Amino acid sequence: MHIVIIGNGIAGITAARTIRKLSDHRVTVISSESKHFFSRTALMYIYMGHLTYEQTKPYEDWFWAKNRIDLVHDHVKSIQTDTKTLLLLSGSHLGYDKLIIATGSRPRTFGWKGQDLRGVQGLYSLQDLQTMVDTTTNAKRGVIVGGGLIGIETAEMLYSRKIPVTFLVREQRYWNSVLPDEEATMITNHIREHEGIDLRLQTELREILDDGSGAVRGIITSSGEEIPCEFVALTVGVEPNIDVVRASTITCGRGILVNEYFETSASDVYAAGDCAEMQFPESAAPSRIEPLWYAARAHGESIARNICLERAAYARKTFFNSAKFFDIEYQTYGTVSAKRSKGEETIVWQDADGKRLLRIVYANDATKRVLGFNVMGVRFRQDVCTHWIERQTSVEEVLTELGAANFDPEFFPECEAHLVAEYNRQTGRNLVLKRKRSLWNAVAVLTGKAAL
Amino acid sequence: MPSATPSSFIPLENIIIPAGFSKPLVELSPVRKIALALFVMGLLVFIIGGTGAFTAVPLLYSFGSLGLATLGALLYLLPLFREYKPGIHHNGIMFSKVQSRGALAWMVGIGMTGFYVLLYWYAEYLQHCIRAADPLSFWLRGKAADQWFLYGTLYTLAVVIMGVRMIAKYRHSRYQIIRTLSVVVFQLMFAYLIPAWLQMMNQPEFYFTYFWPLKYDYLNPANVRYFLASPNQLMVFMIIWGMIMTFVATPVLTYFFGKRWYCSWVCGCGGLAETLGDPFRQNSDKSLKAWKIERWMIYSVLIFVTSMTGLLWVNSAMQGGVLGEFSLGYAKAYSFFVGSLFSGVVGTGFYPIMGSRVWCRFGCPMAAVLGLFQRHFSRFRITTNGGQCISCGNCSTYCEMGIDVRSYAQRGENIVRASCVGCGVCSSVCPRGVLSLENGAAKGRVKQ
Ligand SMILES: Cc1cc2nc3c(=O)[nH]c(=O)nc-3n(C[C@H](O)[C@H](O)[C@H](O)COP(=O)(O)OP(=O)(O)OC[C@H]3O[C@@H](n4cnc5c(N)ncnc54)[C@H](O)[C@@H]3O)c2cc1C
Ligand code: SF4
Ligand code: SF4
Repeated sequence: MHIVIIGNGIAGITAARTIRKLSDHRVTVISSESKHFFSRTALMYIYMGHLTYEQTKPYEDWFWAKNRIDLVHDHVKSIQTDTKTLLLLSGSHLGYDKLIIATGSRPRTFGWKGQDLRGVQGLYSLQDLQTMVDTTTNAKRGVIVGGGLIGIETAEMLYSRKIPVTFLVREQRYWNSVLPDEEATMITNHIREHEGIDLRLQTELREILDDGSGAVRGIITSSGEEIPCEFVALTVGVEPNIDVVRASTITCGRGILVNEYFETSASDVYAAGDCAEMQFPESAAPSRIEPLWYAARAHGESIARNICLERAAYARKTFFNSAKFFDIEYQTYGTVSAKRSKGEETIVWQDADGKRLLRIVYANDATKRVLGFNVMGVRFRQDVCTHWIERQTSVEEVLTELGAANFDPEFFPECEAHLVAEYNRQTGRNLVLKRKRSLWNAVAVLTGKAAL
Repeated sequence: MPSATPSSFIPLENIIIPAGFSKPLVELSPVRKIALALFVMGLLVFIIGGTGAFTAVPLLYSFGSLGLATLGALLYLLPLFREYKPGIHHNGIMFSKVQSRGALAWMVGIGMTGFYVLLYWYAEYLQHCIRAADPLSFWLRGKAADQWFLYGTLYTLAVVIMGVRMIAKYRHSRYQIIRTLSVVVFQLMFAYLIPAWLQMMNQPEFYFTYFWPLKYDYLNPANVRYFLASPNQLMVFMIIWGMIMTFVATPVLTYFFGKRWYCSWVCGCGGLAETLGDPFRQNSDKSLKAWKIERWMIYSVLIFVTSMTGLLWVNSAMQGGVLGEFSLGYAKAYSFFVGSLFSGVVGTGFYPIMGSRVWCRFGCPMAAVLGLFQRHFSRFRITTNGGQCISCGNCSTYCEMGIDVRSYAQRGENIVRASCVGCGVCSSVCPRGVLSLENGAAKGRVKQ
């Protein structure tokens, strides 16, 4: 059987590797961005000089031939589902028995005036990065539109080169659509500590100005202010990169529509990663696009198992994510929403200099079961947090054991007792933290051993 | 507007960094400029003194060279505590001509290698330079300096000065601060001051922090017999101390903490690598091929040193009856190839090109022994935090031992590698909080 994969991102590559692990099927990966798989999440580090492009490749170049994964560095122009062939830009055709589409995302735009000018771009691909390197070599100011994860990474990139930045954020605080107020405030303040970053909250882009030669000379904000700049990064989110798929017979919504088996409307065609929009006809839950590294990786693995082993519905694990905002690390487990919904209670602690924060969200009912964790400037263990969430452990039990979740390196100050104290203060309870940070304690929690 | 799928297909196999982009951005502050000048002046005075120009004024030569260079270096580095916010400071490393194997790196490498060659084999050319260490030597040991005292002085200065830099750079991590203080203090006390004081008191020069097989002569029959038979209680203690460290402390401490208790907390070679070597840590080769070469080399050296010590003992037991001069020649060969050429010339001289742990990774027999324990009988491992790895590659890149940490982290596996010295830098640099150096149950560390 010949399995062809479009896209050598984490979804496509995980599928290819897993198929190889599980079977002897012929595997071909076609991708137009780069010949070899690299880590998209590391783009910022290339720009800042922490890593070279070479170092962002998770596998050495010999890996692919050795594992009999054929790489085709070409662009798919059209997909013919009736004859099961792909037409490539180079003119050649490629037949498949099964096709996995993992074409990822592209930066979203909102049809702003001037968005196609030179110096205006999103940041997604290697090509985008090269363009950004070239345009910012001599830039005097950059404007970033959109206060999300890629926006703040772009700000950090420019900051590393001492290029002054105007950072336009629509919300009241940075990423306040996802982060609760305390977290969003903490990061907002942290951004402002960086000289040369002019953070404009509740400000949007109105239009981008042409210098007369087709390049950007500045922007106008929603409040009418004109800001001169040579570089504009549009980081208002991503959308599935599926023009080629739309032109085929495969059904698309916002993304490529798939069921819980990642099957598309065409037979033997699957879709995974950022480009897939999963529907849940039975439960009537809203369809879902998960533009995340971890999700794409899980999708790729699931599809490979579906093809090589048995057809099984995608079992989404307890949610987790992480990021780094300049110097503050962030990890989240389970559900922590920006605005607390009814039926949820939350407890939060942060240190005096606003660099560390712990939050637990729990059910506002008799069970008091924990629903989610947010940590900033502190590292928490995924397995322990997930264990508590999945077992619906009560917040009080979690608090007494909380040290077991701490994943900071040795000698780092532990802050779990502060959260327990905060809980006691608010509820009048008298809980005591029984476990400190250690692998032994983490294992004890996971295996259900009582606190010492 | 360029995007993921370009309308015209532009394949890209690298990011091309234009010259203007990689220009250093930070203008040195006036203080740091002056400091740099002082350091260079000190270095020049030191080199010019090598011609004998300053033999008439030894104290002045000493202060004008070592003193000035130290002052300059410290003045240059201390402002980093103000300039660096706690956090990662890797901006521009890959564009740096010193840190990324540029022309300057080769110059530094050749300079350091040349110094080692002179030191080991042509010390007569250093005669005048050695005088720079005389005042210190008289003060600490009560006698004139020799080439080894000069070397020890430069070595210790490098560890202390660059230790300050290391702490400034990684000061968001208490692990790094404490660990760096530890290697600096061990070098200064146990590999410099105490051996010097011992000599002042007419005791043998002894290093309490070096043991067999790194210090291979501490188990040579001649040495062992001589020390044990000595009426001097201290000498008896020294040799027994060395044996306890080799045969008891090494396995026991490695069982509990991994080889880091030695390699990145105590050892002087490790101390130099973690301080002077830190700017170059990213240059270690991460390829599978390098790992293969590493295993061949390091275990060969271990066999070499073990067989050498064994031969010496057999020969000594038979009073030279069977092996005659062979074992001595064997020992000499070891001392030349491993003791000098490898550990010094290549091991340190090649820092800027091959990364900071060339010797520790490819040559050190102590690391080989500790590594075997760490891999097979230890509670130490680097834990991966579930599925949080984004495969960025920071950990692998900044691992001085050339371990492809990412290859484990992205599979959610623990890192249990013989070579890991537990420096903790992978954990410090990971932007997603994925890695932690931990001790736990020895069983089940490695995924089956
Ligand atoms: C700067 C940046 C930072 C990020 N950081 C994080 C993070 O910290 N954590 C996180 O969870 N997520 C992060 N993400 C998101 C994450 O990178 C994506 O979710 C993930 O890469 C999606 O993987 P994928 O395999 O679905 O698609 P992609 O990685 O987008 O791969 C798709 C590939 O298919 C190619 N392709 C598309 N169409 C065609 C065609 N017709 N023919 C041939 N090839 C084609 C594309 O060129 C591309 O190479 C980040 C994204 C960016 C841009
Ligand atoms: S794996 Fe990590 S702790 Fe071990 S040597 Fe490499 S960087 Fe240091
Ligand atoms: S630094 Fe962290 S996120 Fe990056 S590859 Fe290593 S473990 Fe993964």
